Amino acid sequence: MTPVQAIVAKELRSYFVSPIVYVVGGVFLLTFGFLAYLYIVFTGAQAIQLMQMQGSTAQINLNDLVFRNLFTSMRFVLLLILPILTMRLLAEERKLRTFEFLMTAPVRTSDIIVGKFVSVYLVFLGMLLMTTLVPLTLALFSDFDWYPVLTGYLGLTLLGGLFLAVGLFASSITENQIVAAFTSFGLLLMCWLLAGLGSLLGDTSAGHVVSYLSFMEHFDHLVRGLVDTKDLLYYVSGTVLMLFLAHRIVDSSRWK
Amino acid sequence: MIEVRNITKRYGHLTAIDRVTFRVEKGEVLAFLGPNGAGKTTTMRILTCFMPATEGSAHVAGFDCADQADEVKKRIGYLPETPPVYQELTVFEYLSFVGRLRGLSGADLTIGMDRVIERLSLGSVRQRLIANLSRGYRQRVGLAQALIHDPPVLILDEPTVGLDPKQIIEIRELIKSLAGSHSVILSTHILPEATAVCQRVVIINGGRIVAEDTPDQLSARLRRSEKISVTLKAPPPDAINRFREVAGVEHVLTTPDSHTFLIECALGRDIREEVARFAVRHDWGLLEMKPVSMTLEDVFLRLTQHEDGLSRPDIATEVAQP
Repeated sequence: MTPVQAIVAKELRSYFVSPIVYVVGGVFLLTFGFLAYLYIVFTGAQAIQLMQMQGSTAQINLNDLVFRNLFTSMRFVLLLILPILTMRLLAEERKLRTFEFLMTAPVRTSDIIVGKFVSVYLVFLGMLLMTTLVPLTLALFSDFDWYPVLTGYLGLTLLGGLFLAVGLFASSITENQIVAAFTSFGLLLMCWLLAGLGSLLGDTSAGHVVSYLSFMEHFDHLVRGLVDTKDLLYYVSGTVLMLFLAHRIVDSSRWK
Repeated sequence: MIEVRNITKRYGHLTAIDRVTFRVEKGEVLAFLGPNGAGKTTTMRILTCFMPATEGSAHVAGFDCADQADEVKKRIGYLPETPPVYQELTVFEYLSFVGRLRGLSGADLTIGMDRVIERLSLGSVRQRLIANLSRGYRQRVGLAQALIHDPPVLILDEPTVGLDPKQIIEIRELIKSLAGSHSVILSTHILPEATAVCQRVVIINGGRIVAEDTPDQLSARLRRSEKISVTLKAPPPDAINRFREVAGVEHVLTTPDSHTFLIECALGRDIREEVARFAVRHDWGLLEMKPVSMTLEDVFLRLTQHEDGLSRPDIATEVAQP
C-alpha cells in the first residue's frame, strides 16, 4: 500500500465514522430529489396545458425542462455544501496536532495533498452516483436524450472537483474549520460573480478573459451537451492549480 | 548517531534556541532537561525535520536534517508533546495507518503492530476508539506509533506527562530497555526522571545549554557553594594562586581577559570582606565585586521545587504536577 492509498483509506474511514458525510450527503440527495420532483411536476403541468391548447399529445423535451434546470440549480447546491466536506481536511490536522505527525512521517507533501483530495472526491462521486436514480427512474417512464444528461454529469463531476480543490486549499491556510469553510464559500462566490463582471465588460478581450475565469459559462456548455476541450481544460487546470497552491501552503509551514 | 552543531532558531525577533550543540552516541539515552519554554520542543522539531534551523546543522544517522529529510524521517520515531492520534479511529486502525505511512506492509506490518501492542500493553484496548481512551492510554498509543517501525533513533517529547505512577514506571522501564539498541532523546522538566532513565543529561534554559554531563557528575557539580565575581584593574599574572591564600577560598576561575575572577567558598560563608581587603592591600585596583548565582543552579531550583515534602520524588513529583 502506497502512502497515498493509506491516506485515502484513513480519510474515508474518518469521513464515514463522523456524521459529516451522512448529513452533507443527506442534504445533497434531498435537495437533488426535491429539485428533480419540482421540475418534473412543473413539466407535467406544462404538458397538460399544451395538450388542452393543441388537443393532441405534445412532445415534451425533458432534457430542456428537467435536466438542464436541475443541473444548473445543482451548481449552487454544490457551492454551499462541498466546503463543508473539505473544511476539516487540513485544518483539523493542525488543530489536533496530528499535522506534526504527518509532516515528520516519511511521506511527501504531494502524497498528503493527493490522498486528501482523492478521498473527498470519492465521497463526492459516491453522492453523485446515488443521484443517477433520478434519470434512471425517469427513463422507465419517458423518452429523453441520454447524451446531454451524461455531459451534465460530467460537468457536475468536474465542477465538484474544482470546488473540492478550492476547499482543500482553504483548509490548508487555517486551523479553524469554520474559517476554512467560509474562505472557500468566499472564493467560489467570487468566481461565480466573475461571470457577471464578464458580461458587463461585454465583447472585449478583458470581458472574455474574465468570463473564462468563471466556472459558469464552462458548466453551461457541458449541460447543453457541448463537450469542448477548452472547458475540460478549464476545470482540470483550475483543480490542479488549487491543489498546487495547497501543496505550497503546507510545504511553507516548514519554513516558518 | 545524532549530531547537533550550533543550531539557532529564531521566530522573528524571538530566539527560541541559541547555538545549541550536543551529540548522542548509538544506544545512548539522553535527557533534555529544562523548564517549560526552554527550547526543548524546538530542538526536537528541528531534529525530526518538522522545521529547519535558522543557523547551524543537525545530522541524524549521518543524514542532514535539512537536505536529506526523507532519509532522516525514515530513521526516527517521534512522539510530539501532544500524542498525534486520530480520535475517530480504533487503536488497531490507527497503528496500521501509521505503519503503512511508514512503508510497512504484509507480514512486517503485522509483526510491528503485534510488537508494539504487546510492549505497551495495548492488547485490551486494540478495538476501542481512541476518542474513548484515557490520557494515559493515548500517550501509550502515541509511543506505540513512534516505535512501530523499530527506528534506530527515538525522539520523545515529555513521554510520561499525564500518566499515573504505575504507568510512569512502565514507560521508564520501556525506555531503559531501548537503550543499547536505540538512541533516544527524551525531554522532561522533571529532574528525577532524567536521572532515572538517562546516561547523560543536557540542561537547557532560555534556549541555551547550561550544562551537559552524566547524572552523577551533575549532582557532584551541584555541591552548593557561594560564588563571588571580582574585577580587578591590574591583577598579577599569578592572581589565581594568590587568591587561594585567602582563608575560606576553595576554587578560583578566571575569564580569558584575566581581569575577572570567579571565587568559590563553602556554603554559608561570606568571604567578601577578606577578598576585598586582600585585593586592596596588594593594590590590584579593585573595580567591582558582586555575588553570583549560577544559572545552572537557578535551573535546578526551578526543576526541583516540586519535590518538597514528597517521600518518593521520582513518582510523587509528577503526581504533584498541576
